[in-house]
Amino acid sequence: MTAVEEKRATEVVEICPFDRLIPGRGVAALLPDGRQVAIFRTVTDEVYALSNVDPFTKAAVLSRGIIGDVQGVPHVASPMLKHRFELATGYSLDDETVAVRTYPVRVIEGVVYVRP
Amino acid sequence: MRTLVVVGNGMVSHRLVEALRAEDTEGAWRVVVLAEEPRPAYDRVALTSYVDGWDVQALTLSGSDYAGDDLVELRLGDPVTSIDRAARKVTTASGHVQAYDALVLATGSRPFVPPVPGHDLPGCFVYRTIEDLDAIRAAVEHAKATKRGRAAAMVVGGGLLGLEAAKALRDMGLSPHVVEMAPRLMPIQVDDGGGRLLRKLVTDLDLTVHTGTSAERIEQDGDRLFTKLTNGTELDLDLVVFSAGVRPRDDLARSSGLEVGERGGIITDLACRTSDPDIWAVGECAAVEGRCYGLVAPGYTMAEIVAAQLLGRTGEFPGADLSTKLKLMGVDVASFGDAHAATENAVEVVLSDAVGGYYKKLVVSEPDADGKRLLLGGVLVGDASAYNLLRPLVGSPLPADPAAMLAPEGGSSAVGVDALPDEAQICSCNAVSKGAITSAIHDDGCDSVAKIKGCTKAGTTCGSCVPMLAKLLDACGVEQSKALCEHFAYSRQELFQILSATRITTFGELIAKHGTGSGCEICKPAVASILATLDTTDRDGGHVLAGEQATLQDTNDHFLANMQRNGTYSVVPRIPGGEITPARLKVIAEVAEEFGLYTKITGGQRIDLFGATVDQLPHIWKRLVDAGMESGHAYGKSLRTVKSCVGSTWCRYGVQDSVGLAVELELRYRGLRSPHKLKAGVSGCARECAEARGKDFGVIATEKGWNLYVGGNGGALPRHAELLASDLDKDTLITYIDRFLMFYVRTADRLQRTAPWIEEMDGGLDHLRAVIVDDKLGICEELDAAMAKHVENYADEWRGVLEDPEKLARFTSFVNAPGAPDPTISFRAERDQKVPVLLGVPEVVSR
Ligand code: SRM
Ligand SMILES: Cc1cc2nc3c(=O)[nH]c(=O)nc-3n(C[C@H](O)[C@H](O)[C@H](O)COP(=O)(O)OP(=O)(O)OC[C@H]3O[C@@H](n4cnc5c(N)ncnc54)[C@H](O)[C@@H]3O)c2cc1C
Ligand code: SF4
Ligand code: FES
Repeated sequence: MTAVEEKRATEVVEICPFDRLIPGRGVAALLPDGRQVAIFRTVTDEVYALSNVDPFTKAAVLSRGIIGDVQGVPHVASPMLKHRFELATGYSLDDETVAVRTYPVRVIEGVVYVRP
Repeated sequence: MRTLVVVGNGMVSHRLVEALRAEDTEGAWRVVVLAEEPRPAYDRVALTSYVDGWDVQALTLSGSDYAGDDLVELRLGDPVTSIDRAARKVTTASGHVQAYDALVLATGSRPFVPPVPGHDLPGCFVYRTIEDLDAIRAAVEHAKATKRGRAAAMVVGGGLLGLEAAKALRDMGLSPHVVEMAPRLMPIQVDDGGGRLLRKLVTDLDLTVHTGTSAERIEQDGDRLFTKLTNGTELDLDLVVFSAGVRPRDDLARSSGLEVGERGGIITDLACRTSDPDIWAVGECAAVEGRCYGLVAPGYTMAEIVAAQLLGRTGEFPGADLSTKLKLMGVDVASFGDAHAATENAVEVVLSDAVGGYYKKLVVSEPDADGKRLLLGGVLVGDASAYNLLRPLVGSPLPADPAAMLAPEGGSSAVGVDALPDEAQICSCNAVSKGAITSAIHDDGCDSVAKIKGCTKAGTTCGSCVPMLAKLLDACGVEQSKALCEHFAYSRQELFQILSATRITTFGELIAKHGTGSGCEICKPAVASILATLDTTDRDGGHVLAGEQATLQDTNDHFLANMQRNGTYSVVPRIPGGEITPARLKVIAEVAEEFGLYTKITGGQRIDLFGATVDQLPHIWKRLVDAGMESGHAYGKSLRTVKSCVGSTWCRYGVQDSVGLAVELELRYRGLRSPHKLKAGVSGCARECAEARGKDFGVIATEKGWNLYVGGNGGALPRHAELLASDLDKDTLITYIDRFLMFYVRTADRLQRTAPWIEEMDGGLDHLRAVIVDDKLGICEELDAAMAKHVENYADEWRGVLEDPEKLARFTSFVNAPGAPDPTISFRAERDQKVPVLLGVPEVVSR
C-alpha cells in the first residue's frame, strides 16, 4: 500500500469492498466531481490508485490495462497504445516528462477508500 | 541518352538490368531487352518446383516485367536473328530493327541432345524452359489417361539436371529410368565412393539407375517408345527426357563474326567484352577467357561486372566457385573446391557409413611448415550439414583435425564461423563475403537475418546460406535473444513446451517456477494464449476469462471486444464466409439502432458495430446470441475470417463451392488462439476473387480439387501465400490445414504471423511441407489430435460470459457507480451516424 497520511473518513471517498478487486487487475471509480480513478490490486494484495486517463491518448482507460513489473517496480500498461506508468508514482516509463496523477488509497476494515 | 540492348531475358539478363537500373540514377542508359521466351524472366534454377503446382507466377523473378520503369523496354517472344555490327543494329524474327550503343548477349545455353537414332520422335523432350515442362506434363497426362499401370520414362543423363528431371517425373507419378554414360551418377561433382552411396539412396526412392551405358536407339512402338541400351537392356517407355548437358547459344555471335571458343561459347576477356568492344557476353553463353560456366552465380558476377562498366567503372571476372549443394528427393549432395583431388600432393580423408547413409570426403594439402593442412575441397553425400562451414574454408588451414570435422555434426559444432577468414564467401549465389556481412552487422546496424538480407543480398537466392547468417550474428555478439521479456528467459515456443510438458495450468505457478517477478503486458497475454490453446477444459470449460486467466488478457480479450480511441468498444459477430441471411442482417440492424451504434462493413466481409460502452456490451451480445449469432473474435489473436467468393453455386466460372468450404473452415477454426491473428480465404476458381493468396492460408479451387497456399498477409508488408500442395480432396485439405495451424500455434514467436514464421524456419516451405505432408518429425498424429480437441471443445465465448454472473459483473464502467455514464465519452453526428468526440482532460503532472 502506498504511504497514506492519517485521514478522517469524511475526507475520503468510499469505493468498494476490497474483495471486489481482482488480484492482478484494475477497476475504474467515479469521484463526486466527475474525475475518474483507476484502482489496482496486485497479486501480492497491494493497492494503488491513479488517474484513469491515459495522458498520451486522453482516453479514460488505464484501469483496463495489464499490470506487471519492470525490474520489480510495479506498473500498468495502458491498453490504448501500451504506454507504461509506475503504479506508485504515476511516472511514465516511456517519456520522462510525463506522469499521471496518483491518489492516496487505503483499505480499512475490508473497504477501499480514495482521497480525492 | 544511350541505348543498351540485351539479347535474352534469362536469369543473368535480369540481374544485369536490375543492377544497372539500381545504380544508373542519372538515367544514362535506356535498356531494351529482346526476348525469345514469351514471359518475363523466371527462376530457372527452381524450374523443377514448377511441377508442384504448375504456377508460373511462383517462379517469376520479382520485378522482371519492369513495370513502372520507363527506361526499360521488354519485348517478349521475338528472338534476335542477326546482328549488324557495322551499323550497330540487331534484327528480330518479326523484322523489328533495334539500334544499340552497347549490346549484351545473354542467350544462355541449349540442352545438348546426343545424336541417338530416334532422338527427335514425338515423346522425346528436353528440360530447360516452362514450355518444356508443360509439354512433358501433357505427355504424362496422355500416358496416364490411355494406359493401365505405371507409366515409365527414361532420363538420358545422370548429372545434376538429369536427377532433377527424374525427380520431377517421379513426382508426376512415373517410374523414371536414369541412364548415365559415366560409371557413376553426378560424375562431375562426386567421386566413386559418393556416387555409390548416391545410387543406393536414389534407388531407394524408386528411381532405376543404369550407369556405364547409353541409349543405342529409340524407336516408336504404337503410341509408346522402345529403347535399347548399349548394355543390352531394353526398356518400354512413355517418354524420354534428354538432360545430357548444355551447349552455349553462340549462333548469333558466330554469324556476326564474333570470336567463339573451340568447344563453343562466345569468347570474352575478363571484363566480359567480346572481340567487338561494343558487345559483351554474360551468363552461360559466355566463354570468359575460353571457359564457360553452367551455374547461375558466375553469371550474376558477370552481370554485375558489365553493369559497372556501362556506368564508367571497371570490373574483372574473378573466377568462380563451382561448389554445388542440392537436395534431391531428400538426399543431400554437396561438392566443393577440388572435389577430385586433382591438386598435386593432395590427400583425401574419407568417412563412409553405408548404414548411416552418408559419405564424406575432404581433400587437404600436405602439411605446411607449421604442420597445418589447407582445405582444398570435398564431397558430401547423404549428410551435407557441414557444407556451409566447410565451403568458405577452402584455401584456408583446417581449424581442426580433418576426421574430427567430418564426424557427424562435427562440421557445425567442432568449428565455429569464427574460424572463417574475412574473405571467405558466405553467400556464393550473391558473392557476399564474411567481411561484408560482419561489416553490415557492425557498421550498418543489421541486427537480424532479414536486415542482413536487405543490406547485402546474401541469402536472397537459394537460401542455403541463411543458417550461416544467423551464426554470424551470434558470433558478432548480436544477441538474438529469444527471451519473451524480462520475466521469462524463454521463447514463446519454449514456454509452449514447458506448459504442455509440465501441465502447469496457471500463470502464477509458471512464473514462480520458471520465471522472475510478477509478469507484464508482454508475457501475460502470450501465456494466456498458450493456455487457451492447450487443453484446459478441466478449468471452467476452458473459457478465456476463467479464473486467473482473466487478469492476463489484453483489454480486447478481457472485454471480448475491440477497444476504440475513446475507450468505447466495437462489436463484431461472426458471419462465416461472409454469408448471412436477411433475418440476421435485420437483427444486427435492430441492435445497432437500439444501442445507437455506428455501423460499417469491414474489410473482412462482415459488419462492425462501434461505440458500445463496457456496460452495454453484455446487453448487445445477449440480443445477438439469442438470435443465434456468436463472437467473431475480432478482438483475439485467433481466427478472424475466412473470406469467400461466390463460387460455383452462382458464378459462371466457379469450379467448386467456395462459400460452402469457407463456412466449414471458419466454423472449424473459430476460437483457436494463436501467436497472431489468422486470416483465410477460399476462391472458387483461379480468378481469385477472395484474395486467398493474401491470407495466412488460402484455398483456390481447381478442376480436380483444391490448391492450398500458406503464409500470405496484407498489412504493412504484404506477402503472397505460397503453394503448399495442389489438387487436394477436401479431407486431405482440411488435414493439412489442421496441421499447418497447430504447428504454427506451437512453434511461432509471439506476434509473428505465418509469413515471417515460415521465412525464419530452417528449410522454409520445404521443411514445412515435409512436416505436414510427409510427417518428417513424426508429430502429425499429435497435431491432428490437438486440432480434433479444439474443434470438439469449441464454445462461444460470449455465451459463456452471459451464462456466468461473476464474469458478467466485470462489465461495469464504475465499480462505485454501476450504470453511471462515463463523462469522458461523447459523440457527434457525421453522415447520419455517431462518431466519437475526444473530451478526456488529461491529468498530467509535470515532472
Ligand atoms: C474493422 C477493420 C477495418 C474495416 O473497417 O474494414 C479492421 C480494423 C482494425 N485492424 Fe485491421 N481491420 C480490418 C481488416 C483488415 C485487413 C483486411 C482483411 O482482413 O481482409 C487487413 C489486411 C490483411 C491482413 O491482416 O493480412 C488488416 C490489417 C491489420 C493489421 C496489419 C497486420 C499485419 O500483419 O501487418 C493490423 C495490426 C495488427 O494486427 O498488429 C490491424 C489491426 C486492426 C485493429 C484491430 C487495430 C486496433 O488494435 O485497434 C483495428 C480495430 C478493429 C475493431 O475495432 O473492430 N489490421 N485489417 C477490418 C476488420 C475485418 C474483420 O471483419 O475482422
Ligand atoms: C532444371 C535446371 C536446374 C538448374 N539448377 C541449377 C542450380 O541448382 N544451380 C545453378 O547455379 N544453376 C542451375 N541451373 C542452371 C541455371 O539455370 C543457368 O546457369 C542460368 O539460368 C543461366 O542464366 P542465363 O541468363 O545465362 O541463361 P538462361 O536463363 O538460359 O537465359 C537465356 C535466355 O535467352 C533467350 N535467348 C536465347 N537466344 C536468344 C535470341 N537470339 N534472342 C532473344 N532471346 C534469346 C533464351 O530463350 C533464354 O530465355 C539449372 C538449370 C536448369 C534447366
Ligand atoms: S474466384 Fe472465380 S468462382 Fe469465385 S467469384 Fe471470382 S470468378 Fe467466380
Ligand atoms: S548461397 Fe544461395 S542465397 Fe546465399
